[in-house]
Amino acid sequence: MPKKYHIETKKVAPRLPKIGKFGIVDWHEDCARCHNCVKKACVYDRYRQEMEYIKDLDEFNAMFFECMGCFSCVQKCTKGLLALTVNPEYERMGNGYFTPDIILTTWNQAETAGIPVSGAGYRGKFTGTGFDSMWTDMSEIVRPTRDGIHGREYISTSVDIGRKPKLLSFEDNRLATALPPLVDLPAPIIIDIFPEKYQFSHLMPMLLAVAVKTGTMMIVGWEQNGLLGADKEKHLSNIIFYLGKDTPLPTPEILKKSRLIEIADNNKTEQRIKEIKAVNPELVVAVRVELDSHGKERSIELARNPIIEVIHIVSDMNGNQIGAEKPEFIKDMTRHIHTSLVKSGIRDEVTIIASGGIALAEHMAKEIICGADVIAINMPLLLALECRFCANCRDGFACPAKIENITAQYGIGRMTNLIAAWHDQLIEVMGAMGIREARRLRGETGRALFFDDIEEEIFGRLFGKRIRV
Amino acid sequence: MEGSLAKESGFREILPENTMRTLVPQVEVPREVKPAPPRYRNEIAKYIIRRGSNCTLCGKCVQVCPYGVHVLKTGYKLFAAPHLNVCVGPSCRKTDHYCIDICPKKALKMVENPMLKAMGDYRWTPDMIMATWKMAETGESPSPEYGYEYETGASGGGFDRLRFKFPEKPPIELREDEIDIGIVLNRRDDGRPQVKIDVPWYGGGMSFGSVSNVVQLSKARAAVAFNTFTCTGEGGYMERMKPYDDHVITQIATGLFGVREETIQRVRIVEFKYAQGAKPGLGGHLLADKVTHAVAKMRETVLGISLFSPFPFHSVYSIEDHQKHMDWIKHVNRRTLISTKVSTPNDVDMVAVGSYSAGTHIVHLDGGYGGTGAAPDIAKKNIAMPIEYGIVKVHRFLEQEGIRDKVTLIVSGGLRTPHDIAKAIALGADGVVVGTSELVALGCIRCSRCESGRGCPRGIATTDAELAQGVDLEWGTQRIINLYSAWRKELIALLKRFGMRSINELRGRTDLLMHLDYTNDVETDT
Repeated sequence: MPKKYHIETKKVAPRLPKIGKFGIVDWHEDCARCHNCVKKACVYDRYRQEMEYIKDLDEFNAMFFECMGCFSCVQKCTKGLLALTVNPEYERMGNGYFTPDIILTTWNQAETAGIPVSGAGYRGKFTGTGFDSMWTDMSEIVRPTRDGIHGREYISTSVDIGRKPKLLSFEDNRLATALPPLVDLPAPIIIDIFPEKYQFSHLMPMLLAVAVKTGTMMIVGWEQNGLLGADKEKHLSNIIFYLGKDTPLPTPEILKKSRLIEIADNNKTEQRIKEIKAVNPELVVAVRVELDSHGKERSIELARNPIIEVIHIVSDMNGNQIGAEKPEFIKDMTRHIHTSLVKSGIRDEVTIIASGGIALAEHMAKEIICGADVIAINMPLLLALECRFCANCRDGFACPAKIENITAQYGIGRMTNLIAAWHDQLIEVMGAMGIREARRLRGETGRALFFDDIEEEIFGRLFGKRIRV
Repeated sequence: MEGSLAKESGFREILPENTMRTLVPQVEVPREVKPAPPRYRNEIAKYIIRRGSNCTLCGKCVQVCPYGVHVLKTGYKLFAAPHLNVCVGPSCRKTDHYCIDICPKKALKMVENPMLKAMGDYRWTPDMIMATWKMAETGESPSPEYGYEYETGASGGGFDRLRFKFPEKPPIELREDEIDIGIVLNRRDDGRPQVKIDVPWYGGGMSFGSVSNVVQLSKARAAVAFNTFTCTGEGGYMERMKPYDDHVITQIATGLFGVREETIQRVRIVEFKYAQGAKPGLGGHLLADKVTHAVAKMRETVLGISLFSPFPFHSVYSIEDHQKHMDWIKHVNRRTLISTKVSTPNDVDMVAVGSYSAGTHIVHLDGGYGGTGAAPDIAKKNIAMPIEYGIVKVHRFLEQEGIRDKVTLIVSGGLRTPHDIAKAIALGADGVVVGTSELVALGCIRCSRCESGRGCPRGIATTDAELAQGVDLEWGTQRIINLYSAWRKELIALLKRFGMRSINELRGRTDLLMHLDYTNDVETDT
C-alpha cells in the first residue's frame, strides 16, 4: 500500500484578537457590587481571558473576543445589567460572498487545522444560491468501505493534470500509444494567482513553501519569479509559471525543469503551446480562460483541440461570470462545460482546473462534483492570515490585519493548516458518499442533489409551478 | 397515564424464561400541567421597556399593567428589574392599560429587544425559541398578543414555506375529546405486540454523554406521562432509566457502545441506527472532553478519548445482512418492535422498502437539518436531502409498492413545532421524532456549543457534574410535559378545523397543504 498522504500541521495561534461574533455590553454604572458576579462563572472563562488581554493592551481594540453567545451571564446577572449583541465589527467583515461566518471558520481552521464541528444541528437557510443550491449525497445501499478520516481504509485524493489518451493501443503485447505527460497531485487543490490588488510580494516565498509542504503547486506570474526566494530553483516542481499574453517565455532551463506551465488564452494560444513544447515536450501546458460571456464556449472549443491538455477556467473571486449583467455561477458554468465535453466523448482527454468563488471546503467538493478535476484557490489563503476582506489594501489603505508583518513560520503554518483542514473535510464528504478516489468524484452528479431538480420532483408535482426563484 | 400498555400487551408475561433482564417497578408520571417558570433570573423578552430619569415613581404603570411587568416593591425608592418576559409588547397599545401611553411623565419607552439579533438562527428564530419556552412554562401556546411568529422559521424553504388550507368552517363539529392524535407503531401483523402511543411523536436518541442524565430522565418521565417513548441514543442504558423501561427505546448503533442483551431485553422497541441526518455517512462523534469517567464506564471505553462510531455497520452490506441483524434482536427479545433509523439519501425510498422487507416495524427517516449533538459543519449542511423531500419520496414509493399500511413511517430532522409535525404527517409520515425542541424547553438557546469543552453552558448537553446541576429533574420533567401538552392541544385544534377524528386521517393529505412559492394549481389525489 502506498504511503498515506498526510499534511503535517501544528497549531498556529492568531496574532490579533479574534473578531468574534458576539459581544457583551456591560452597563457598569448600575452595578450593585453584589459580588455574585456571573462573569466569574463564565463556562468559557472569557471574562478572565479578556482581563488578561487588557492588562497588556498594546493597541486599541474592541472588547469583543470569543464570547460564545450562550446568554448565561446575561440571564444570571442579579441586576440584569448585561446585554449580548452581535459584534458590529464582525458584521462589517467580508462581502456578500465571503461572509463573516466564512471568514471566522477559515480563521479557526487556519489556527487548528481541525474540521469545524458544532452542535445543535444546521442553523442556516433551507437552500440558497451558488454552492448552497446543491447537496452532496450519500448512500445507505452502496456501502462505502471506509471510516472517514479516522478510519483504517485509504481514500485517495490524488489527481492527474494533463491530457489522457482516449484509448490505448498495443502491438506485440507492448503499449504502442505514446503517453502524454501528466502531473500528479496528492490533492485536487492548487494555489492560484492572487487578484492584482491583493498581491503581497513577501507572501510569495511563503506560498511556495506551503505548496512544497502540502505537495501541491502554486501558480505565479513569470514576471514575479524573482519574488519566490532563493529556493525557487529547487522547487520548480511545485511552481506553475503563468505567462500573460505578451509575457516572454521563461528560459529553456526553467521550462525544462518545470512540470506545468499556464498561459493566457488568446488568438495565439496554439502557437504558444507549440513554442513551449518545442523546448520541453514533457511540460504540461494549461490554458487560462476567463469565464466571461464567451468563456464557456471558448473552453469547449479549446477542449476539442488535441493540442490542449489543461483548461483553467476562472470566474471572478465571488464565483460569478465576469462582466455579465446576470452572471452565471462557477458551478453552473463548470457543469455546462463538463456536460458538453461528456456528450462529445472527450471529457477524459482534458483536465479542467476551476477557480473563483471557492471559499469553503464544501465548495471544493461540490465544484469537483460539477466537473472540475482540480480547484485553485487564493483568497481563502489570505483569510487564513487573519485578513478580514476589508479591501483596505485594494484601495491603498493600511491593512488592519497587518499582513505585511507576518512571519514565515506563521504564514506557512496557517495556510498549511487551512489546506490540511480542507483536505480532511474532502475526505469526510467523500467517505459519506462512498467514493474512494477524488478522480471518481469528478462530475459524479449521481452523488449530488440539486435544489431545482429535487424541488420539481417532490414539490412541483404537488404544488404546480414554482413562482419564486 | 391511561393504563399500562405493558400490561395490555402482556409484555412481561411472555418474556423468554432465560431472560437476563431484571424486572424493575415501573414509575407512573401524571400528565399534569403545572407552571414551570424559567430557571434564569433574567428571562429574554421580545420587547424591553426603558425607564427614563424623569420617572417620578408614581406607580401608575404598576397599577395598570395586568401582567405584572413593572415591579416597585414597598419601601424601595427604585423600580426592580421589570418582568419583561410577560410583557405583550405593542399589541397592548389598543388596550386601556398600555403603560407607555398612560405614564403621566412619558418616562417609558418600548423597543424590540436588540439582543434577539444575537439569538437563534434561520431555523430556530428568536420568536420560536421564546414561544417554546412559553409553552414549556405554561403548557399553553403563547397568546397571540405576544406577537410571536413561531409557527414557521425563517429558513425560506420546506416547512417554513408550507401552509395549511383550512376550510372556512369544519365539515363536522367535533369535541376535543373525540379527536385522537395517537398512532400505532406495529402495522405488520406479525404476532408482536401492538404498541400505540398517545401522541404522534416520541423523543429522539440522545445518549448519556451527549446530554446529562437528568435530561435523559426528564425526557423519559415526560414520555411516560404521554404514553410515548424516548430513546437512549448510542451510549448505554443508565441504571436510572430502568423504572421507565416500558417507554424507552434503546439504540444499537455502529459503535455498539453500551449494547448488551440485558438492555435489549428491557425495552419494547429497539432502534437500529444506520445513520443520522446531521452527519449521514459519518457515524457518531463524542469528543474527548465529554467522555467523563461515568460515560467511559457505561460505554466501556477509556476516559478522555474521543469516541467515533464507525459508518456503516461493518456487518451490514445488504438488506439480507440487515435482516440478520433484526433476527438477532427479535430472537433476543421476542416482544420487541424494531425501528430502523436511516438518513435521507437520494435512494432513501429503496432503503425504506428494503428495510420493510427485512422485517422492520418502523422506518425512521432522519433528515439533514436536525440533530442535537456534535457534527462536522460540512456534514450538517451538505449531505443528503432535507426531510421534507424524504417524507414525500418514501411515502409515495411505499404506496406504489402496496406496503404503505404495513409499516410505520416516522420522520425527524428539523421538526420544531406542532405545525411542523402536522405538515410532516400531511406530507406522508405517520409520526415524528423530536429532539431539539425538548432541549429548547429545558432552556437551550441554540448557541451550538454542545460539543466543546465541558459541554453545554446551559447544563443540558453536558456530562460535567457542575453544569448539569442547572437542570433539576422535577423541573425538567414538567417543562417537557408542558411542552407536549401545548403541542397536543395545537394538534387537536388543527384536526378540529379539518373535522378529523384521528391524526391518521391527515396522513398524506398534501391536498390540504399549499406552498408559498408555487402556483398551487395542481389537482392532487387524496
